[in-house]
Order: sequence, then structure tokens, then C-alpha cells
Amino acid sequence: MFGKILIANRGEIACRVMKTARRMGIRTVAVYSDADRDALHVRMADEAVHVGPSPAAQSYIAIDRILDAVRKSGAEAVHPGYGFLSERAEFARALDDAGVVFIGPPVAAIEAMGDKITSKKLAAEAGVSTVPGFMGLIHDAEEAVRIARQIGHPVMIKASAGGGGKGMRIARSDAEVREGFQSSRNEAAASFGDDRIFIEKFIESPRHIEIQVLGDRHGNIIHLGERECSIQRRNQKVIEEAPSPFLDPETRAAMGAQAVALARAVGYHSAGTVEFIVDRDRNFYFLEMNTRLQVEHPVTELVTGLDLVELMIRVAAGEALPFGQEDVRLDGWAIECRLYAEDPYRNFLPSTGRLVRYRPPEEIRTPRAVIRNDTGVEEGGEISMFYDPMIAKLCSWGPDRAAAIAVMRGALDAFEVEGIGHNLPFCQVVMDHPRFVAGDLSTAFIAEEFPDGFAGVVPPPAVLADLARGAAVMRRAVVARERAISGRMAHHTAPAPDRWVVTLAGQAFTVDLGEEEPGGAVLTRSWPGNRPPTAEEAAAEPVHVAVDWLPGRSLARIALGGAGDGTRDYLVKVGLMTEGFRLRWRGADLAAMVRTPRAAELAALMPERTPPDTSRLLLCPMPGILVSIAVEAGQEVEEGQPLATVEAMKMENILRAERRGRVARINAAPGDSLAVDAVIMEFE
Amino acid sequence: MKHILDELDRRRQQARLGGGTARIEAQHARGKLTARERLELLLDEGSFEEYDMFVAHRCTDFGMQETRPWGDGVVTGWGTINGRQVYVFSQDFTVFGGSVSETHAQKICKIMDMALQNGAPVIGLNDSGGARIQEGVASLAGYGEVFQRNIMASGVIPQISVIMGPCAGGAVYSPAMTDFIYMVRDTSYMFVTGPDVVKTVTGEVVTAEELGGARTHTTRSSVADAAFDNDVETLAEVRRLFDFLPLNNREKPPVRPFHDDPARIEPSLDSLVPDSPTKPYDMKELIVKVADEGDFLELQKDFARNIITGFIRLEGQTVGVVANQPMVLAGCLDIDSARKAARFVRFCDAFEIPILTLVDVPGFLPGTGQEYGGIIKHGAKLLFAYGEATVPKVTVITRKAYGGAYDVMSSKHLRGDVNYAWPSAEIAVMGAKGAVEILYRAELDDPERIARRVRDYEDRFANPFVAAERGFIDEVIMPHSTRRRVARAFAALRNKRARMPWRKHDNIPL
Repeated sequence: MFGKILIANRGEIACRVMKTARRMGIRTVAVYSDADRDALHVRMADEAVHVGPSPAAQSYIAIDRILDAVRKSGAEAVHPGYGFLSERAEFARALDDAGVVFIGPPVAAIEAMGDKITSKKLAAEAGVSTVPGFMGLIHDAEEAVRIARQIGHPVMIKASAGGGGKGMRIARSDAEVREGFQSSRNEAAASFGDDRIFIEKFIESPRHIEIQVLGDRHGNIIHLGERECSIQRRNQKVIEEAPSPFLDPETRAAMGAQAVALARAVGYHSAGTVEFIVDRDRNFYFLEMNTRLQVEHPVTELVTGLDLVELMIRVAAGEALPFGQEDVRLDGWAIECRLYAEDPYRNFLPSTGRLVRYRPPEEIRTPRAVIRNDTGVEEGGEISMFYDPMIAKLCSWGPDRAAAIAVMRGALDAFEVEGIGHNLPFCQVVMDHPRFVAGDLSTAFIAEEFPDGFAGVVPPPAVLADLARGAAVMRRAVVARERAISGRMAHHTAPAPDRWVVTLAGQAFTVDLGEEEPGGAVLTRSWPGNRPPTAEEAAAEPVHVAVDWLPGRSLARIALGGAGDGTRDYLVKVGLMTEGFRLRWRGADLAAMVRTPRAAELAALMPERTPPDTSRLLLCPMPGILVSIAVEAGQEVEEGQPLATVEAMKMENILRAERRGRVARINAAPGDSLAVDAVIMEFE
Repeated sequence: MKHILDELDRRRQQARLGGGTARIEAQHARGKLTARERLELLLDEGSFEEYDMFVAHRCTDFGMQETRPWGDGVVTGWGTINGRQVYVFSQDFTVFGGSVSETHAQKICKIMDMALQNGAPVIGLNDSGGARIQEGVASLAGYGEVFQRNIMASGVIPQISVIMGPCAGGAVYSPAMTDFIYMVRDTSYMFVTGPDVVKTVTGEVVTAEELGGARTHTTRSSVADAAFDNDVETLAEVRRLFDFLPLNNREKPPVRPFHDDPARIEPSLDSLVPDSPTKPYDMKELIVKVADEGDFLELQKDFARNIITGFIRLEGQTVGVVANQPMVLAGCLDIDSARKAARFVRFCDAFEIPILTLVDVPGFLPGTGQEYGGIIKHGAKLLFAYGEATVPKVTVITRKAYGGAYDVMSSKHLRGDVNYAWPSAEIAVMGAKGAVEILYRAELDDPERIARRVRDYEDRFANPFVAAERGFIDEVIMPHSTRRRVARAFAALRNKRARMPWRKHDNIPL
């Protein structure tokens, strides 16, 4: 076994590889760029080598610099992680030449699978099913119809030079093929000056399902089942799981066999992934093979009980796989949510900045539940624009899918991230989404279910009523503490009131609080609106509400239980407001105002504040420096015309007009330091 | 007897109606609450003790004797906020537009006299069209009497003004002399001369909102300390502010139970100051992470944002915070920030509120604008305020403390009690580059040599240790332990006594 390995990567994957290496008694070497000087992976490693400036091209993917670091540190092997140099054949070759072991597949396999056309050809030769299509040039509509019939409807007609959906048509009949061919060709000619057209099978409701393969240098190749990665946004995976809720044992076995066959065909060893598209009828088609450790490998580890990094290291050291295909057991269900520094409320715009607060849930491992968080950041760390916006991979495991989802919900509830925009609320909403819960997935899931982007959710009325009770209990505690201030008039201080009106998400609830019972629970009665109770409401069975929270804490556990309706349990993120709380739960972000009935009555008289109409404003999309303004007041602008340039994190962002109009006023000057949503200019 | 009691009830009910239901509805339609509704929100439920409910004006000109509503356009008395006593007046816009008559002013003066005598703060809710013109000079005299009481109370009891409607002409000078002004967005404005006069005299066309709305006074003029969306929110915020303030200048600031560990360690503060000396960071993160429960009440947050002022609690007790903000103008001192911080420091000193100063200051803002505007005297205000303050003063230098600005920011030399520095602190006359360019002017055309000189200077001076050698820094502390160190420093200063020489009053460069 190696005595020392270098990890040619950063972030969570570098940390993850180091964890295994450390457990195996192998010393670790980190590499780092300027931006990562204080990063977690640098401090986790036994030693660390600086490899260059912040841009990856000058550091993490500069082969000669990494090789220098290998030489300097005396590492015997290199784990490339994913991304960066992990699929660069020349890097693997350079290591070979230097007599250093590449912890990954052979160079030839990387090369073969790195080329889209070669890989498809190889796959077809190895008996792997590929998407039926016609790659040659099609001259006229009749030829297109003929080919489409051969492939079988529906088909996708694509411009050879296409991109961004331009020149693409789906056709379900001869007539549609004829029409689509013509319009695709016209569009392609107009858009790209290239009217070459090809046709392939259109996969309806496609799912992305991939097979994990693993081989050694002794000719053993096995697969470790599949992962379903259908929840994607613009080809970026967001949520993955293993196994897939869609595959039956036969399909799994067939896909596994093909994946192994392909791996064998290219002489594969180490870990690799064969990606497939699967249609509604469980027909599957080869997409590509990734010759590296996959980001989402933890879900496979959680259901197989294996450590893929350990196996990669052992294989690289020449060891044979210690088990065969028949020993591989899939146990339970695992889900991974990728935490991205992307603001879902701003159309998933990358968000950079300081992690003012970063408190992941506690990792647990019990026979009924596992929470695992692969992370490369910590509180106080900086999310820079230089690298991938993924900051953590939160994984859950349970005996079945429903259990795994439940564990994930709880883990997401407890995960606190402040200082940057991030997709936690989005992941929470997906976990509660009926289609996700039903396992009814496709790669179009996000586009179909969130066509207008993400704007958070409003919880169901029963949940609002529960949260209202919890908020009233917390508010009384806050007010009771306020009334414990020094300097009070001795016998003239009223205790904190017991009746409160909670308004949240546009609804009002009156909540009556009883005495706190031993054990901290409070008996509550609640009814909708701001009014006295009806006789029935006043006589209703009270609900016990136990709130585990004190002022200053950011998480509250609200447990409700009453006669007959069981126990409801909420883990809510709490922010203190002057007259209430900001409550965040399962993708909902609520301002719960908690007032006395009289104050609530008066608050209802206050005019509704309409948010300012921002459509006539050019707002700064990110904090940055205004570099220049391209227009002046009074000028007419066309849609798409550059208006101003903002530099953020050394990147110049050109802000363009969203529609035509006339500039009314310019509110900022070049050199100004702007906050998010600062008004740069106004339109008439 | 029953009949007599009923008569009181009847009169009370009539007095409480103020200008009548139609005017109350009009007030609501403007998005405003009535004078009494506002007091209900400001004070603890059921705690209001009203005085002078049946006062009526004595004016007989212009047919005024025909209408003599009880209360005369202002509701006065006292109540409690979380059990602590406060005197209040609330102008009633439904009665003669809240205009100030002789008797209206007398009612205000009465509760101000009581407040001063009994050592409780005064909160005024302003919603008044101005002087009652029918009364002429008697009304002006009334203002004058209020002004004089504002002055007498200044520094003795906290005075808070809430502008909840118009406040124009001479009327602005009463709030102007109080300690804090809160405004309501869109429904309040303050100016000495209104848009009509402005247009007549200067030809400028300006709306009341632009001239004296909440936005103007919180961002440009600094007249107001904060503004909020509506009456309800504003009054809740006034209660929040009140809880930070002592009742008078003879009392210690209030203490309340807290749920936070005074020794809480914050590892993330170790990476708050970025590697690059030119990269900004948000000083508010430090304030929030030092404060009990992360609770920070910021004042004047939209004005002179290069300095931060506000209140936190440490171990349950109020502490005033002054901090340079590197995010804005690199945190330098200028006319606006010096004025803003100086007034805040003097408030804290007047009311025995300890002061925590967080320093990252590259110096004073250069330029003709600043010099012509009198930065010399304005900067001196902050220097003076710190130097004369006798309350406990704890200072933490996080990064830059350059030049005269170092002295100003509650340095040891201005009787700072405990002065800490983070290891990243640089206490020097100026930045290394600037210093080398002066010291080695002759070598300026040799960039290599200059670069070496800069490095040498940085090695020698860009650290807290030169100052620590001389005792100007009491201790260099770990950023992660800042809360614990600061809390312990204030705990040690709880019984501090400092004396000033006898004088009538000082002569701060106003």
C-alpha cells in the first residue's frame, strides 16, 4: 500500500478522499491555490503544497504545477477527485511517465471514453444500446420521413450546428417530420448559416440513470447498481438517489451487464460510471461513460456499504477486488442533495461571499438512519467565484425510500447556512413534492414543476395553524423576558399577555396560552381570525405545545400533541423580529407577526405596502463595483443593449436592457460600490 | 351619586373621541393611527395614566370660543414600557390638526416637568400642523416653553421623538433637541420651511416627501435616527429602543436576563479579516457575533455608513457600539461619520452606557470637499467626545488604525480603559506604501528597492506589537475569543469612577 498520496483537487472531494486515506493509514498531501490558502482541505491534509493563483487554469489544472507538487511532496500516487484533471489522459500519462500511480482508470480507457463519437461506437460494438438515429446528412423532407419511420416516432430533428434549442423539432407523425424538417432547416440556415440536419429517436420523459462500475487490474469487473440523477437543472444534477425508484431487477441486471461489458471492452479498472437515458418503457440508451469517481458516489456507498475511494486506492495499488458481483447487496435507500451556492429566488444565480453561518446537521449512523455530509467548507469560509458553486453534499439513508426522504427532510431542516444565497429551500420543497415522493421523475422535472422559477412555498393551512401556536408560545417567552428588565415599577408591571394574534402568510390565528406545565409544554387553544372564540372553540380540547427555543437560538423544535391527533414535530429556523419571528420551514419563508389582539386590530388598519415596481429600474444583481455606464439620461435604449458594467469578484458583468425604453435617471457613478438591488438607473 | 359618576364617564368618552369619528376615519384613511391608538401600542396594555384630559384652550379670536374640545389636541400622561416608567405626549391630528396652542404646550410642559423631576424618559409622538395661528404669539410662546424644557432635560432623562405626521416650522426644533428621532415612512415629514415657501423664495420645486420625508432625513440630513414602514412597526421599534436606555442619568443602563454564554467562542471570526489589506469585510458580523444573542439595534444605519453606531447587550446590559465599516469608503473618517459617531458617544456618556469601539480605520477622507466643509472641527468632535467620556471604554482594533484616526478611535491616549488588538491589527502612522514613499523619496525610481522598503516597513509596523510594546495596546487577543475578552473587560469596569475638572461646561467644537 502507498505511504503517501496527493489529492489533486479541492473542496469537499479532497476532504472526502483524505478521510478514507487517513483511515487507511496513508499520509495525505493537499494542493491549493491562492484563494484556498485557508481552505478546509488544506488544514485537513498532513501536508499542503501551493500550486498557483486562484484561477483553476493556473493552479488545479496546471499539470506541470501539480507534477511539481507530487515531486516536492514525494507522493507515490495521486487521486484526482472529479472534475479538474480527473479525466485528462495526458495527466494520467504524465504521472505514469513520472513513475507515480494514477488512482483511476488506464489512460486508454480515459481517451476512448473521452471522445463522444468513439465512445458511442465502442459502446455499440460492445452490445450496449445507443439512441437510434441517423448521423448522416439528410437532403430532403421525404428522406427525413423515411428515416424517421425506420427509427420510430417520435423523433427529434436537430440542426447539426444547433444549440440552445434553436433548430430543434419534435415530430410524432410523417406530417410533423415533413414540416419539422423544413422549419428546422430554415431556422438552422438563418441562425447558424449551416442547414445540415440529422434525426434521432426522441426519448419521452427521459430519466438519467447511471451504473457504477468497479474493476481491478486483474480483469475483475463488477457493477454496484444504479443511481438515478433525474433531478437536474440545465444539465446540472441537484438530487440523486440509489437505487432508482423506476428500475425493476431485470432492467437493473441488463443495464449492469451492458455497463460491465463496456468497461471490459476498454480494459477498465478503478471506479467508473456508465450513464444511460431511460425512457418511459424502461428502454435504456447509452449516454456516456465517466472515467472517474462521480460526485454522487456517496449514495452508492450508503446502499452497498462500500468505500469507493478505498477500493480505488486498493485497485491502484494492485490489489484484487475482495468480492465478486454476487457479493454486492443493495440495502435500503440513499438520497443526496447537492448544496449549491446559488440563489433559487434569483433564478439560481451563483452567489459568492462569506459563510457567516454554516451549521450542517449532526452526522448520524444508526441501523434506521444515516446522515452524512460531505463538505469542504466551514463557517467563516469564503465562497469564491473561481470554482464550482457546490459547497456540500448532504446524504441520507433509510431502510426504504420513504424513510430516506424523511431523514433527508430532517437533515435539511437542521442545516443552517447564512451569508450566501443557496438552494436549501429548493431541496426542501423537492423533498415534499408529491411527484418526487411518488418517484415520478424525469430530467424535465424542474422545468416542468417550476416553470417560472422558484419562489418558495406556502405551507398548508394546518401547518400554518401549528406554526402560529408555536410562534405564540415563543412570543410570550420573549415578552416575559422583556418584562424581567431592571428598573421596573415594582407592583405595576403586567405579566406577558396570554392571548395573541399571529398573522403569517396572510392568515390570522388567535392563540390562547395556558400556564406552562412541568416539562415546558403549554396548553393552547387556537382559532382562525382575530376575534373572541365561539363557545365551541373555547371548549375545544387544548393542544400541548412544547417549544425548545430561547431568544438568540436559530433553531426551534415545536412539538404539538393533543387528544386524538397524535404528535406533530417541526424543526423551524427562527429569526427574531421586533414583533414576531421570521420562520423558515420546508422551503417556506414566513414573517409571523405576533401581537396582542388590540395591536393586531390596529396593524390591520395599516396600508398594504406594495413592493416598488422594479420593472422600471436597473438593479445591481450582485454586490460589486460599477465600472462604467454605457448610456445617459434621456437616451432611448433597445432590448439587449448594454447599460452598465458591474465588476464583482474580478468578473465584469454587462447589464443589458430587458426591454426598449428611455433612461429617466442615472443613480450611480462609475467607481461606486454597489449592494445587491442598488438602483443603478431608472427608466421612464 | 350614580348620576355624577356617569357624568365623568360621559365626559371621558367625549374627550376620547378627540376630533370625532369622521376625523378618526380620515386619519385611518391616511394610514395613520389616532393619538390614543398610538399610545395603546407604545405603552404596556392598560398602563396609561392620562392627565389634563379636560384641558381646553382659552382663545376667543376668530370664533375659536365656539369649539373648545377637551384635551386640546394632545394626549399626555405616563405609562410603562415593559414595566419601566415613561412620560408621553401624543399629538391628536383630529383636533385642530394637532396644532399647538398655549394650553396644548402647557400640557406637554407639565409632563416634561414631571419627567425631569421624577427621573423618567419622555417620548413625544408628533403629528401636528404647527402653531395654532388663531392664537398668534401665545402659541409661539408655548413652543418656546417646550424648547426650554427639552434643553433642561437633555442629558438628564432620555428624550425620544417619533414623527408620525407633519412636523414643520419651529415645531421641528423640539424633536431636534431630543436624543433620538424615529420617523414613519410616507406619512411623516419634517422641515423648517415647506415646499411652498421654498418655491417662492428659491424657485426650487420639491415635494414634501423629498424635502423632509423619512428617506431624506435618514439618508441625507441625518436628522432622523431610523424610519419604519408604518405606525405599528415604528412604535414597536421605539419600545425596543427604550429597553436599551436607562431611565435617567443617575441610573445604570438596564439589565435583563440573557440566554447566551459570555465566554462563547466564535471560530469564524479568525477568518473575518481577509488576507488582502485592501479587501473589505462586514464589521457588522463582528458586532453581531460579539453581542448577546446576536441582537444589535443600529441607529442612523443609512447615513454615513462608513461608521456604525448602535446598541448591543453584553451579559444583559446595554453597551453602545461605534465601529468603522470597511465596506464603505474603506471605513475612513469624514465629516458625516465623525458627527454621527460623536453625537452617539456623547449620548452614551451622558447616560452611563459603556462604549465598545471596533477599529479598522485607514485615516481621514482627503479632499477639498472635506477640508472646505470643516473636517478639522467635525473630526475634532469625535476626538473630543471620546476624550471627555468617562464611561467604561473598551476598544478592539481589528485591522488598520492609521494616523490621527488611530488616536481618535477611543485610543489609550483618550483614556481608553481596555484596548485590545487582533493579531491582524496594523497600528501605524500610515500604510506601508505611503510611508515608504515619504521616507525614501530618493529611491522612488527604483521599484525593486521601494518594494523591499515596503516589505521592511510592513514587517516592522504592520502589526499590533509595536504598539503593544509601549502599552498602547493592553493585550493582543485572538479574534475567536473577542466576545469573552470584551465581556470580561466591561465586567471589570463595572464600578469605574473617573473625574472631570470643575467647569461650567466644556466647549466642544460644535
